[in-house]
Amino acid sequence: MSIFDGLAAVEEEILKCMKCGNCQAVCPLYQESRREPAVARGKIRLAAAVLEGKLEPTAGLAECFALCLTCLACVASCPSGVKVDRIILAARTALTQRKGLPFIKKTVFTGLSRPRLFDLGVKTAARIQGLLFKHIEPGKMQPRFPIGLELRRILPPLAPVPFRGQVAEKHTVERPVATVAFFTGCMTNYLYPGIGQATLRVLKAHGVDVIIPRLQHCCGAPILYSGAADLALEMARSHVDLFSSIQADAIITVCGTCGEAFKHLYPELLDGVSGHGDRAREVAAKILDITQFLHKLPFDPKLFKALELAVTYHQPCHLGRGLGVVQEPLSIIRSIPGVNYLPLKEPARCCGNAGSFSLTHYDLSYQILTRKLKDIEGTGAQLVVTGCPACRMHLTDGLTQQQMPQKVVHTVELLARSLDEE
Amino acid sequence: MSVTQAIEALRRELGENNVITATEDLFCYSYDATADLPEQKPDVVVTPENVDQVVKVVKIARQFRLPIYPRGSGTNLSGGTVPIKGGIVLSTLKMNRILEIDPSNLTATVQPGVIIQDLNNAVAPYGLIYPPDPGTVNTATMGGSVAECSGGLRGLKYGVTRHYVMGLEVVLADGEVIRYGGKTVKNVTGYDLVRLFTGSEGTLGIITEIIVRLIPAPQARETMLAGFSRLADAGNAVADIIGQKVIPATLEIMDRVTVETVENFAHVGLPTGVAAILLIEVDGIPEVVKSEAAAVRQVIAKNGGWVKTAENDEEREKLWSARRAALPALAQRKPTTILEDATVPRSKITDMLLAVEDIGRRYNLVIGTFGHAGDGNLHPTILADARNEEEMERVRQAVEEIFRAALNLGGTLSGEHGIGIAKKQFLPWEMGNSGVQVLKKIKQALDPDNLLNPGKIVDLT
Repeated sequence: MSIFDGLAAVEEEILKCMKCGNCQAVCPLYQESRREPAVARGKIRLAAAVLEGKLEPTAGLAECFALCLTCLACVASCPSGVKVDRIILAARTALTQRKGLPFIKKTVFTGLSRPRLFDLGVKTAARIQGLLFKHIEPGKMQPRFPIGLELRRILPPLAPVPFRGQVAEKHTVERPVATVAFFTGCMTNYLYPGIGQATLRVLKAHGVDVIIPRLQHCCGAPILYSGAADLALEMARSHVDLFSSIQADAIITVCGTCGEAFKHLYPELLDGVSGHGDRAREVAAKILDITQFLHKLPFDPKLFKALELAVTYHQPCHLGRGLGVVQEPLSIIRSIPGVNYLPLKEPARCCGNAGSFSLTHYDLSYQILTRKLKDIEGTGAQLVVTGCPACRMHLTDGLTQQQMPQKVVHTVELLARSLDEE
Repeated sequence: MSVTQAIEALRRELGENNVITATEDLFCYSYDATADLPEQKPDVVVTPENVDQVVKVVKIARQFRLPIYPRGSGTNLSGGTVPIKGGIVLSTLKMNRILEIDPSNLTATVQPGVIIQDLNNAVAPYGLIYPPDPGTVNTATMGGSVAECSGGLRGLKYGVTRHYVMGLEVVLADGEVIRYGGKTVKNVTGYDLVRLFTGSEGTLGIITEIIVRLIPAPQARETMLAGFSRLADAGNAVADIIGQKVIPATLEIMDRVTVETVENFAHVGLPTGVAAILLIEVDGIPEVVKSEAAAVRQVIAKNGGWVKTAENDEEREKLWSARRAALPALAQRKPTTILEDATVPRSKITDMLLAVEDIGRRYNLVIGTFGHAGDGNLHPTILADARNEEEMERVRQAVEEIFRAALNLGGTLSGEHGIGIAKKQFLPWEMGNSGVQVLKKIKQALDPDNLLNPGKIVDLT
């Protein structure tokens, strides 16, 4: 039984909670609200109440379970080792099965699960986005009308041509040291094609053959985190079909959440689904974040030119705590000549974006971001490096609104930049 | 009906944002960190922002005859914040300002919702510390720890919360606000109400402001790990260290079950194959630290143990991470963790350790014992599964025996967790019926209508 079959599957996890309240010390949402339902201990009690039949799946209950960034901070600090994220996902799935998704989410997710339709939609949107958004400076725009987004929110424009439309499907080099398949993820493909280009350039410079499968689409994580396991299962199945048919030494991701989906969620979703369980595990075994992959390669310092930059690093939750990628990005950043790395006080604290959480709870999301901005300010860094396009979007939003000078780039973009200056 | 009216009145006086009534929210205030206790939802949770609002809550509660349960972070371990009779949970978490740090008088004045570690961080730049150091220092509030008189890892040398509270502002059950004590080192005016309210578990008044004593941070420290092949040797070493007139800041014990479990789960490099280990830290002026550490090493050798000294901060941190891993590791072994708090005079620590071991054997229960051996405060932790009623019955009997054993050795029911609901049935064992009567008279005098945290420590019926 998987966590997507309901709360009964996580009964053991629920029982493990000893209610000590240690999760309070690390939960960003609790620290803003100081209310018990916001923290893991409270939500676990609610999940237990549902199992015991004491609570009905009301809108209020759904809102309680929506109040979680899935930043995994509680999981990392839990004395009893309770996998809180599994309880949250199981609860959201159970609630969605009983109550259904809100109309907007349902529409968007149905779109996401139909790659061709979605691709067409995004391309159309890219053409007409000027009607809805005003450009305030290169790479930044703001909604003109209240279209379900915060009016003050700064967003990147949709790429006129998505990344996968900009590049060929296969890239070969002379005497390749490895072949990788590159899962781009939606944000890189549609919003930050520069991250995709940087990845491609850095991999090629290191003698790696790269395949960017055309038929890939959304990893399904946003859908799954909202509790729509049935849609996500279809997406998992198509990606496992696609990537298991490619001969590659590794599958590269540039977003911790996409990596998490492939590495941890697909095997669970597809466990016991005719013939897909084993293949999902094989695909999962090949998943590496770009920094993990690069870290394993022999680094040639001669490839890089000094950048003379003071940078800091924000650790994305799903990359750091989710995939355990903590040291690799730092060691890459430190290995770039001229780069002065100035650590954040709390590098692993969630920035507050948390996928669609920042759409549905923008004020809370921004409050959490405010702490991160203060931390960034305290370092004196000129540039913020991170390993997740969604964190990048959120950090850029805050930095722009607070009129702070720092820009945000993906780790692989910083690396590519030092290559560029050759 | 009256509850609805009370909630309306609370909304009027405190504002919509400070009154919580959604069923889902109320579920999350129906328990605290104590295992194996009944749960009960309150009718309403309020989050007052200042003392005036606390007074208003008390007055409304009186008017509608609703009980009030003051609550900080709810990390307490005796059921002290469970709203057992329904009514109003009063969360102090919005009253979380450090009002003053006074380095010339070595005091700090705080609101009850301040997290203990936040106070420590705030006084560190002055070279000061607030010594009480409960395991939940990162989450527990000052108000909660004063109300429960919590202890912690530094109790042996530095005492418990009671020894640091100099003054209190308290809202009484009739809505009157009183202030007792202050910043003076000497204060013998009248009865010692500061001590009365410290550890009163929210049954006598609601603490709204606290003046605490701070002390200079120690200049030096030395941390040691000692291993023993017999449990009794470890216990005797503890008594002998104190006998040598060395008072370590911390003197912790972990028994075989705990050490093996910690190593199995956390891999912190603890020695296996020992009956018990001691973790010892001496602190103070460098020369004193040196001679005290030497004395400690001698005592350990005399008792057949071996000792390893942390050579640097990294090694020191590693040893403490082993201690901090004790409860987590035990908690991962089985789902239900019953953490007890029986405490004996420190000369009796060996007898108590052996008694707990014997009780575990007789009731066929896994008990990991760790705790603050130096101050006689042990935490025998019974590992069980709440779904197994037969096992839980054995657990309850074993708990009773642990308390009996502690009391027979001249000990007490609680070293640092308080009485709450969990231990009030055993109270006459320690203080006799006449002793309990005195508690009831005090409660009767200050809260005749039994509105403040009813059902905790003593019943008024």
